[in-house]
Amino acid sequence: MMHFLLLFSRQGKLRLQKWFTPIPEREKKKIVRDMTTMVLGRKPRSCNFLHWKDLKIVYKKYASLYFCCGLDAEENELLALEVLHRYVELLDKYFGNVCELDIIFNFEKAYFILDEFLLGGEVQETSKQVVSRSIEASDMLQEVSERPRSR
Amino acid sequence: MCSCYYSSVWLHVNTGECNLASKHVPLQYLITLHWFETLFLCVFQRMPAPIRLRELIRTIRTARTQAEEREMIQKECAAIRSSFREEDNTYRCRNVAKLLYMHMLGYPAHFGQLECLKLIASQKFTDKRIGYLGAMLLLDERQDVHLLMTNCIKNDLNHSTQYVQGLALCTLGCMGSSEMCRDLAGEVEKLLKTSNSYLRKKAALCAVHVIRKVPELMEMFLPATKNLLSEKNHGVLHTSVVLLTEMCERSPDMLLHFRKLVPQLVRILKNLIMSGYSPEHDVSGISDPFLQVRILRLLRILGRSDDDSSEAMNDILAQVATNTETSKNVGNAILYETVLTIMDIKSESGLRVLAINILGRFLLNNDKNIRYVALTSLLKTVQTDHNAVQRHRSTIVDCLKDLDVSIKRRAMELSFALVNGNNIRGMMKELLYFLDSCDPEFKADCASGVFLAAEKYAPSKRWHIDTIMRVLTTAGSYVRDDSVPNLIQLITNSVEMHAYTVQRLYKALLDDISQQPLVQVSSWCIGEYGDLLVSGQCEEEEPIQVTEDEVLDVLEGLLVSNLSTPVTRGYSLTAIMKLSTRFSSVNRIKKVVSIYSSSIDVELQQRAVEYNALFKKYDHMRPALLERMPIMEKTASNGPTEIMQTNGETEPSVPDTKHLPLVTQPANQANDLLDLLGGNDVVPVIQTTLPTKPASAGGELLDLLGDLSLSGGLAPAPSVPVSQPPFLLDGLSSQPLFNDTSAAIPPMTAYSKNGLKIEFTFERANPNPNIAVITIHATNTTEADMTEFVFQAAVPKTFQLQLLSPSSNIVPALNQGSVTQVIRVLNPQKQQLRMRVKLTYTHKGSPVQDLAEVNNFPPQSWQ
Repeated sequence: MMHFLLLFSRQGKLRLQKWFTPIPEREKKKIVRDMTTMVLGRKPRSCNFLHWKDLKIVYKKYASLYFCCGLDAEENELLALEVLHRYVELLDKYFGNVCELDIIFNFEKAYFILDEFLLGGEVQETSKQVVSRSIEASDMLQEVSERPRSR
Repeated sequence: MCSCYYSSVWLHVNTGECNLASKHVPLQYLITLHWFETLFLCVFQRMPAPIRLRELIRTIRTARTQAEEREMIQKECAAIRSSFREEDNTYRCRNVAKLLYMHMLGYPAHFGQLECLKLIASQKFTDKRIGYLGAMLLLDERQDVHLLMTNCIKNDLNHSTQYVQGLALCTLGCMGSSEMCRDLAGEVEKLLKTSNSYLRKKAALCAVHVIRKVPELMEMFLPATKNLLSEKNHGVLHTSVVLLTEMCERSPDMLLHFRKLVPQLVRILKNLIMSGYSPEHDVSGISDPFLQVRILRLLRILGRSDDDSSEAMNDILAQVATNTETSKNVGNAILYETVLTIMDIKSESGLRVLAINILGRFLLNNDKNIRYVALTSLLKTVQTDHNAVQRHRSTIVDCLKDLDVSIKRRAMELSFALVNGNNIRGMMKELLYFLDSCDPEFKADCASGVFLAAEKYAPSKRWHIDTIMRVLTTAGSYVRDDSVPNLIQLITNSVEMHAYTVQRLYKALLDDISQQPLVQVSSWCIGEYGDLLVSGQCEEEEPIQVTEDEVLDVLEGLLVSNLSTPVTRGYSLTAIMKLSTRFSSVNRIKKVVSIYSSSIDVELQQRAVEYNALFKKYDHMRPALLERMPIMEKTASNGPTEIMQTNGETEPSVPDTKHLPLVTQPANQANDLLDLLGGNDVVPVIQTTLPTKPASAGGELLDLLGDLSLSGGLAPAPSVPVSQPPFLLDGLSSQPLFNDTSAAIPPMTAYSKNGLKIEFTFERANPNPNIAVITIHATNTTEADMTEFVFQAAVPKTFQLQLLSPSSNIVPALNQGSVTQVIRVLNPQKQQLRMRVKLTYTHKGSPVQDLAEVNNFPPQSWQ
């Protein structure tokens, strides 16, 4: 299973953090610090896999954002790259040519999309269209239930 | 009067009428009116609406310093807090969202926890969405209020809208505590059986989480799993396979139960591969790779250690392995999983070879990730499929030159695992080249690995020494501290190479004195073999011309150099001292020693003072004390990168060069019989010089003293742990392979009195003729047991004794059994073996003690 998924910028600013195991707040901050240091310190053409404690760390850079996840030792790293890529594709479909700013200003949407794709650290839906349709339907439901005043 | 005026203003404002302006009202009147209006608004309406989320984000991003940002955050937090206090339903959602943003920036947000709960309880979908998000971020199971969510989640699991149910399932499945899982497992189980695939897939993963948190609840999900695999929906299929995998991994019973699903899984996988293009699940021409990989993983678990299942999946694995497109990462991900499965189940050899060849192809792939993954997998399989991996040795060695750090490390580990007697020369060349050029983080491990490999497979002593020299000169500062004593021992034992070694080490010292391990080994050797150095006796290469003074210059240079550590200085001082018996320029040495007797360094000072004393008062002992070191017994090294388990617990045979060398008493003192038990008051330098060669087949340890017995290949199985005595304590001797002189020595009765009889039997454990291994057998002919039996022995000073643990301390009555104990005696001077024994035991309630001398050792035991 995936233990955590982090998105951070080239300067190390956190843009999204999803934790699938219960960890104390202080420990979370430490992990985030460690990940950003390790990943940002990698040479440009290194492989995308690292070892950290007993976890495999898989990371990929998309434009100015680093997508970094921590996996159990028996997970398939190459597939994890596909998982990260699929998430980016979903974001791209939703926002249209997604960029870091979209995720900054609409972080809650990024979480909603993630929650339709992963659950408990595992992939819950392998079809892009199904995930997109679910998000659209949820958004519609939100519109309908909202009073005229918007958030 | 004011109040009437006021109330009429109110009326006007309220009804929206504004006729005043059209009635040509004077300006002052209008201004006053406006003033009242504002007053009214401030008093009768609430504070302005909280700013929107996006606006807050925008504002915070304009902050130019951390302090500025903090100020903005604090201000907004204060506003949010007051808003929360007012229990404002309208803006709660907005405020919590803002709080979550600030939380992501690293600011505390705990005061929003209860608000999340309120949002979850709200009927609005928007509120629930943000509320659950907030719960997942702020309300993990460590928080006190976590459990308060349970009821809300329970209600939402039964909500009429599937998206609300989905939110609840997601939250429960991501972070539900054990108590919550226990409470809600029933609801999850219900949803697992629904026909709504949107909910079913989420329920399956939720069930996985429940099982992870509360494994005892696994049973209750079993019925619901019945038809999971007949689903057409990929989402449900995928999550079902995950659920089945989790159950099988956790419970052997479940594993047995689900083994029957293998044919169905094989069918599903086959359909995925054979089916045409499916737009919904296609990734670069491959149909649903996520599902394929998960099925392969489940097959792995089901096929492990089961022949029938493994056979049932043979074909599909071969099909996947050969048909999967490898141009993109996604295809390789599937191949990778397939290889892992093939290697783990009981696959036929053809399939295994196919798998290793796939890994070999991976090694040639341009993609670094794939090379990395290949190396990791090969490292896992090198023990079991060694020969197959050997075929890819050259590719693996090429990976040593890769730029990527992770790949280099894997390649290095794998290379060491592949070294054997056949490829040692070639491999070592590559590995030494790697050692030269690699990053410092690798050098220590690489150096240790080289030493280990060299020790095991060195084709000749000269090659061995050269290799060591190469490591010391190129990576000398990274070599581990324990390598120094190991190397010294190695050099000592290569008797015919002493001259060559000391010459090469001397030349290395002339070049560079900064690498401490090199300097230490060199000084030690020069101290030992300095006479060979100046006499120019080297056979292996052109002997160099060097005078005693030059040598002493070098050693003294080490003493004064800033580069030398205190340990190194100690080595060189001792070396200089040793040369006093090998060189003729004793006066110079005396001078050096006396200078250092006032050194600030306590260690050096002590040595110098003692050496001084040696010159002055004990000069007659000096030659004996500083004699050439004897050959040390070989033990296997215990470096940390040991790949083959040749050695469990090793007794280090470290010659502690800090103390005086082994004292060998002149012959006329041998007859002094010592006090018993503790009479060995000579502390030998080498505490355990006893042989610890493994009695194992294959001869993979190189015997430096004897013949060079090369092995043809790696012995993959771990050999017998070396430091156990080679003899079973019940008296049966395991025949070690090197044993060729054991048969001849007859046993003897050492003691027989009061019904207690002690017999000695002799063996030789190893090629070293100086060690006699005696096994005592104590038997009791009386009718009462002898309890608390303790056997103690002492030998003259020229011997060394080691007593191993007895088999028991009760000697049973009437010869019903015996106590055995092993004694090892080192007898380097081949003196007649004599022993004093002390026996204590309790017999019929009263303690008995006896002393005896044993002198009737057969001559073969000590000659």
